[in-house]
Formats: sequence, C-alpha cells, structure tokens
Amino acid sequence: MRYLPNTRQNQRAMLDTIGAASIEDLLVKIPAKARLARPLQLPPALAESDLVRHLRARAAENADADGWVCFLGGGAYDHYVPSPINHLISRGEFFTAYTPYQPEASQGTLRTIYEYQSMIAELTGMDVANASIWDGASSLAEAALMAQAVTERSEVVLAGGVNPLYRRVVATYCPPGTKLRDLPAPEGVLDADAARKLCSDKTAALVVQSPNFYGCLEDVRAAAEIAHHVGALLVVVADPFNLGVLEAPGALGADVVVGEGQGLGVPLSYGGPYLGVFAAKQEFVRRMPGRLVGATVDVDGKRGFVLTLQTREQHIRRARATSNICTNVALCALMATVYLSILGKQGLARAGELAMAKAHYAAERLGAVPGVSVRFPQPFFKEFTLRLPKPPDRMVARLARSRILAGVPLKTFDRNLADCLLVAVTEKRTREEIDAFADELAKAVA
Amino acid sequence: MANIPAELRYTKEHEWAKMETDLVRIGITAFAQEQLGDVVFVELPKVGAKLTSMKAFGVVESVKAVSDLFAPMSGEVVEVNATLAKTPEVVNQDPYGKGFLLVIRPAKPEEWKELLSPSQYAQFISEGGH
Amino acid sequence: MAYDKLIHELTSPGRIAYSLPESDVPVEPARAAIPAPYLREAAPELPEVSEFDVVRHYSRLSQLNYGLDTHFYPLGSCTMKYNPRINEDMARLPGFGRLHPLAPEALSQGALGLMHDLASELAEIAGMDAVSLQPAAGAQGELSGILMIRAFHRANGERRTKVLIPDSAHGTNPASTAIAGYEVVQLKSDANGEVDLTDLERNLDTDVAALMITVPNTLGNFEARIVEITEMCHAKGVQVYMDGANLNAILGITRPGDLGFDVCHFNLHKTFTTPHGGGGPGAGPVGVKAHLEPYLPLPVVAKTGERYTLDWKRPKSIGKLQAFWGNMGMLVRAYTYIRTMGADGLRAVSENAVLNANYVMARLQTDYDVAAPGPCMHECVLSARRQKKLGVTAMDVAKRLLDLGFYAPSTYFPLIVEEALMIEPTETESKETLDAFCDAMIQIAREAESNPRVIHEAPVTTSVRRLDQTKAAREPDLRWKPKS
Repeated sequence: MRYLPNTRQNQRAMLDTIGAASIEDLLVKIPAKARLARPLQLPPALAESDLVRHLRARAAENADADGWVCFLGGGAYDHYVPSPINHLISRGEFFTAYTPYQPEASQGTLRTIYEYQSMIAELTGMDVANASIWDGASSLAEAALMAQAVTERSEVVLAGGVNPLYRRVVATYCPPGTKLRDLPAPEGVLDADAARKLCSDKTAALVVQSPNFYGCLEDVRAAAEIAHHVGALLVVVADPFNLGVLEAPGALGADVVVGEGQGLGVPLSYGGPYLGVFAAKQEFVRRMPGRLVGATVDVDGKRGFVLTLQTREQHIRRARATSNICTNVALCALMATVYLSILGKQGLARAGELAMAKAHYAAERLGAVPGVSVRFPQPFFKEFTLRLPKPPDRMVARLARSRILAGVPLKTFDRNLADCLLVAVTEKRTREEIDAFADELAKAVA
Repeated sequence: MANIPAELRYTKEHEWAKMETDLVRIGITAFAQEQLGDVVFVELPKVGAKLTSMKAFGVVESVKAVSDLFAPMSGEVVEVNATLAKTPEVVNQDPYGKGFLLVIRPAKPEEWKELLSPSQYAQFISEGGH
Repeated sequence: MAYDKLIHELTSPGRIAYSLPESDVPVEPARAAIPAPYLREAAPELPEVSEFDVVRHYSRLSQLNYGLDTHFYPLGSCTMKYNPRINEDMARLPGFGRLHPLAPEALSQGALGLMHDLASELAEIAGMDAVSLQPAAGAQGELSGILMIRAFHRANGERRTKVLIPDSAHGTNPASTAIAGYEVVQLKSDANGEVDLTDLERNLDTDVAALMITVPNTLGNFEARIVEITEMCHAKGVQVYMDGANLNAILGITRPGDLGFDVCHFNLHKTFTTPHGGGGPGAGPVGVKAHLEPYLPLPVVAKTGERYTLDWKRPKSIGKLQAFWGNMGMLVRAYTYIRTMGADGLRAVSENAVLNANYVMARLQTDYDVAAPGPCMHECVLSARRQKKLGVTAMDVAKRLLDLGFYAPSTYFPLIVEEALMIEPTETESKETLDAFCDAMIQIAREAESNPRVIHEAPVTTSVRRLDQTKAAREPDLRWKPKS
C-alpha cells in the first residue's frame, strides 16, 4: 500500500520495542463483542490509473462550466479564475499546513490571513473582517446569532430578497425562542413601509441582501435608517466581487457585512467548499465568530502575526464561545487573497464593470425575445430575473441541448415566481454567447 | 505568599471587597491576577446595573483564559473603572488600587459578614483553592 | 533576514497583474442604468502589483510555513496524514471542480452519484444507516447531530434540556451543543481519561437529551466500557453522539454504530486525507441510525432506479446547514481515498496508526510522564510535568521542536492533563521519521536538565521568534491600513 511506509520488518522491530507480540495485542481494550468480525463491505481498491478512468467517467456526466456556457447564479458564479491561484494554493507549505496555532512556524498562513482580513474590510467598508466562515449562508447565520447576543433581542427580520437558501440556514441556526420574520418583496426589493412596520424594539437585526436573490439592487441606506431607528443592527449580504463597482455596504450604514466570496477565485465545485465573508464594525470585534489574525512583535521586536482574541473561541470559552466554528476555509481565503492581489485596485472594478455591461446587454437581448420580459423594474448588477411564456424548467432543458445552462428556474424558491428564470452573466460571457442564448431562447419559446 | 491586605474581605472566586463608608469597592486579588497572567480585557457592567451576591457580573480575560467575575455583595453599580478599557494591565500592576473593577452601593450590607477574612482567604489559597 | 512584506507594501501605483478582455458590449448604458448612490466613488485600496510580484510574494510566504509536506506534524487530534496528490487531481476535474451547484439534476448525475456512493461507504465504515454529507466541518456535523437529537425528542413529546459532555472533550462539543439551546453538563473523567461511570450514572436522568463523547477518547485510549455506557444511556432514553475526530484509530476494527452510537460525525480532513489547508476547508459528514434518518439536513441525495436526485420532501428535516449540498471538493477527495484504499487498506491504516503511536509512547515513556498507561490507540498523551519542575513547559518543548525540524504536538489539550503533549504520528510516517522525532524529544528532555536556556530561547531558526500574544490581544491590529 503506497501510503503506508511500515514494512513487515519495521512492524516487527517496533512491536519489539513496545513489548507486544502483535498489533492485535495493542487493541486489547476494544471489547470483543464490539469488534467488527468481517471485512468492511466496500468496493475493491483501485490502482491509480483505473481510479482516474472511473472518476473521469463520473465527472463526464456533469454539465460543467468548461464544456457548457454558464448563466447560472443564485449565490455561485462562473467568474474567471486567474492561473496563478491554483499554482500558489497548491504549494504544500500552504495546503498541507494546519491551523496556525504555532505562529513561529506558520507566518506564511498568518500573513495571508491578515492580508485577507485587510482586503475584505476595505471592500466591505467595515473595520474588521474575520479569517472566514464556511460559506455565505453560514456567515449570515452567525451574523444573526451575533446580533441577538449584542442587542439581547430575539427577533430577526429578513428582507424578501435574501437568498431563500440562506434563510433556511438562518432558521436552522437560530436558538429556540428566536422569531424569524419575513418581509415581502412585491417589486423585487425591500418594501420600506412594510419593513418599518415589522421592525420594533424587539428586533435584533434587519437583514438585506444587495444585489438580492432576484438580482435587484436594494436601497441599503434606507434599510439602515429603518434598522437603526429601532436600535437593531443592519446586516448586509453582499458579494465581494461586486464591490469594485458597487458602494461598500459600510459606507451605506451596515453594521455587519456577510456574503459569499466564491466569486473571488474559488472554484464552483458543485457548491463547496466556498468562502463565508464576515466583517463588522470595531465595536463588535469581541463578539465576532471565527478566527482573527493580528499583528504583533517577537522577542527581538520584529513584526509577526498571531491568532488573537482567542478567548472568543470554542477551544477556550467552550459552551459560551461566540461560535462553534473551528475548521474554517483558510485555503479558500487564500484563493481570494491571491485573486484580489491579481485583480487589484483597478482590475476588480474592471471585471465588475464587464460583468455589469454584459448582464445589461443580456437583459436587453433576452427581454426583447417575444413573450419574454425582465420581471422587476429595478436597477440590477450582474444578475436579473426573466419572466418566460413557457415553463422555465422545460426551457432550461431545451437550451441544455445547445450546451447552454440558461439559468435557475425560480419555481422551487418562490411559488409566485413559477414562470421566472434567474439569469447571471459574468465577465466571462461573450456577446456571441449571449446572442446565441437569445436566439435559442426565441426558438424555444416560439 | 500573595499579598492579602488586612482591611479587605474576600470571596472563594478571588474577588476582594473594601468598605468605603456606605459604598463597597470591588476588585480581583493579587493571587487571581498572578494565576491569570497578563490581563488583556475586562468586561464590566454599566453604572446602574444591579449585582447579585456570588453571581457573575463580568469577565476578565488573559490571552488564553477567561474568568467570570463574581459579586462579593449585592448592590447597584455606582462607578466603573473606565481606565481598564484602554489599560487592562493595571489589574496586574495594582490589583488593590488603580486596578479596582467597580464600586457598588450595597443592597444588603449584612452580606459583608459572610465574606472571607484575610486569614480565611490565605488559608483557602494555601489549600490549593482555585 | 526573512521576508517581511505584506502584498500591500509591494504596491506601485499603475502596476497591474490582471488580464481582462476589452468589452464586446457597450459599457455606458449599464453604468447609466444604475443610480449613482449605488456606485462606489473611489476604487478600493487593493494592491497594485505585477503577476510575478504576486507569484513571488506568495511563494516566499509559503516558505515561512511548516507544512505536512515539509515537516513531520505530530499534532494530536488533528490526524496530519499524507494528502495524496491524486485526490487533488480528481477534485480539479472540470466535471467536479467547474460544476455549478444549481446545474439541472439531470446534468449533474456524476456528482450526485459520487455523493450517494460516498455516503453509503461512510455509513458502512461507521455502521450507521444513513449519512448526510452537508456539514462543512466537524463542528457543523456536531451541530446537525445535536439538532437531529433535539428534533427526535420533540417528536416524542419530550423536552429534555441537558447534554452531558466529558471534561476531556474538544471545545466544539459544548459550543455546538449551546447553539442548540442545551445546557452543557460536564462529566468527570478518571485518570485514564475514561468516563467516570458513577458520575455518569448520577447525571443520567430524564432531562438529559444526549451524551456526547469522543472514541477513542482524547487521551488516546479506547473507552473499554463504551458498550455499557451507550446501554446505560439508552435505558434512560438518552441519545449517544460520537465525535468522530479519532476515527482513524478504528477503521474496519470496530464501528460507532456497533458500539451503540445513534449519531457520529466524520472529519474528512482527518481520517480521509483531505488537506487541512492552513485551517480549512474540511468536511464533517454526519451519520445516523434509522430512527434519526427523517431529521437529516436538507436535501438528501436519493437514488430512484438509476437516477440520482436531491430529495427536498422531508418535512421532519432539521433544515439546511450550508447554502448548497456540502463541500464537494472535499467529498471527491475522500471518495478517491476510500476507492484507493479499499476495505483491507483502511484497516491497515488504523493498525499502523495504532502501532506508530504506541512506538512513540514506548520510546518516550522513560523521559516523559505518560498521561495514561498503554497501550494507546492512534495517539498518545505525554505530560511535561517533570520538565516543568525544571522550568521547561510543554510550550517550551513545542518551540524547541520547531528548531529541531518538527512541527509541535498539540499542547495543553486535553485540559485534564497537566502540561499535555498530545502526539499523533499517523500511519503515513515511517519508522525513520518517528525515530528522528523521538531522538529530538529525548534530546529536549536532556536539555531541560542540562541546558534549559537553549529551550527557552527557542525557536531561533524560524522567520520570527516567540511572539508577544499579550500585545496582540491588548492592542488588536487586525488589518493593514493605507498611510494617509
């Protein structure tokens, strides 16, 4: 077995040192009645070449974004991943390292996390960002818990445009006694009057997502006023990829910004591992979930980095920790750090502008197909909702024959939008691809 | 042997209390700050908060430990040591003086008698009380 | 002088590292369609560097790390075993790595099929009836397990309020339990780190929802009376949760389900060789017995005939944990590993993991105190209390090991062992490596007696020396700021 270096001779010599006759002798504490008396029933082991053939065949059954033109969004996007990212994260010193608990031997990881925190804080307009949560949805759940702890209130109000999958995760996480209150989004965005009515002195947080699940941009500033008027926190769900072009939520009044960082160089990978972004105002730093890296000095006065404010965390505070998170997604945070270094000050804005321009071109082309219309009359960024004259899932299946992944049918997310399709357009899509999509859609709905 | 001033009273959770006419000043003992190591953060209630005898009212943190702070006596907070927010190290440097935590107006002055005397506290820690 | 730059400090205004096409559609109409208040006025202060600046910077940073590839990593409880390269290749196949989670199910059959098979294989390995792959990490597996237990009791009309957790447990156990709204009751361990049965008996009442326990325990010992323990719990209607952090010790030897556990989680980043990534990502699938199966997180991968689907019609489910279906990248790696090893291979993994740990314990037991008598399972816990009397703590030993070319064992865990040094060598390390490590440990024990200064000054070979943790916590500096 190629991963097990012990030869029979090694084993014999080691057993002699231990003073045991056999490995079986080392397992004496396991009661006989609890032993597995048969081999595990698993498929036979495969040689590497056979295994590659097997997995290639399984992979080939999937409509991936290399072989198909991808207009899917809804929380994961086909953004371009620059080449250096995979090379750099594949360095064994990064990807085979553990959590940086021994800081002197982990300065590489620690410094990249400090850079990551700096970049996310800058993009979101917040004071501090943590080292990552698992994904956008679990980040939002953590934000809801933090808001409850900070305000000592139990109610969380969610705007109708919050990703319904995220809403489900918040519901799973919130402790017994939490009231989750949902706002409608009749015009695709927050109804400010309804929000004002629902928010009260029991509200811990108002959550808005911008652009929201339907692609529409929300008036974050108005939401901030509503939340702050009742002493609640404003939690904004944002996609950091967009923040080279769109205003930082912090500048619009957000107290906490969470979101999915997958668009920053993390592979689509059928939904994970992704990158949960979590950033907040300074006053909440001791209530934040997850790891934080801070700068300090060593005994010689030289700059170095350590995990800090660890008393918030489960390994010290146990049942009273701010969160149960231990393993996070540090390597995905590294992908994002390299991504943001490569795109840089100018590139992130340019990539965002490309996505925005192409999405608007696509909305115009697709919206001009007879019978098809853009569902909500709201400003949008890289994603929008189309109303189709025929069942969206059938249209998706039809366009798949032309190797176009047309979008996400909204039927399963919102019954009122059963005739709608969510379409995302990244900077990768070309005019030619968008035109082909429009042409095929026209044929399909005819 | 840790410093245990004679004029103070103590708890088994290592807080001290000092009677100042009708108010009581509260802090953690020299022994407690030694055990904790470098104090990096102290979380205290606001003025006006009500403390209950032997219930937690805040926390004191070192780099890798968190300890609850327990009220030696019940009462209302009338003063909080604001300097600790910026300079928590004062708790290490001067636990019985500038490193005090807060001052309360006791609700049940009779609780004073239930606190440990300096000799009782000295005995408690010498027996390995943590 | 070790490399001391942040990427921000390499900025040279105007320098770029990106490659983006010219727009083939008009940009102005889009800009005009978005009201100005929604748009950012000034560009964010991100680095302005060349592509080679980026590549060299992160290559140099990587060299400041000890990775498992470069250094022996005897971190107890973390199972730092070799991360096979074929796993990496398979996770990057476009059919997996470039697949969108909302692609139509009919066009994701390969991915769903792999998930279905991996779940079945994990269920067989743990002796469980069903497995959800959704939890992103062990802690999320714990949370989902506790939530399923809560839902189960409620469905039976019971309002149990407490969860029992031994004092030797990982911190995630009480933290996850607290999120579910339970009161955590700490159980005492005996000298071997095993559950004190009298204390368990005393605490087992009808208010207890679950017992959460790690097997083998965090002292590296197999809980010899584990079957009695699970039976005692069941007699009181208490569900039993196994923290699977130490599953690497028992593959093919015994199974949580056969020991009486109702729920367990798997750390794919420990037992199943997915890399730790400097802190993550991992994956924490959760396995359950049939009576808890209706409560599994949504959705469940189902197979109908030859077709795989995501089954959402599960009214009793505890709900969702992540936006999507699980950390697929990790699932592909773990599946690749299981198919590489097969049943015999996995059993050999645990046998050699146990052998290696006992060998390290045998070689070090005269120079260090042993926390609990052997034989141990896949890890052994030593105590540096003897060295502490000479002024050398477990942390000092750890720092000195860094100078001698090894990463450190886990220190000060489990909390019940004074000056703990928790060593998990794993099965993928050779006798030669273990001997070199043991020689270093023995050298440190000698130095503690004769030359403690060299230990107190350690590390001196790393890019920085001991760091001021107090300053970091008192004056948090958590981000780079542009000089104004």
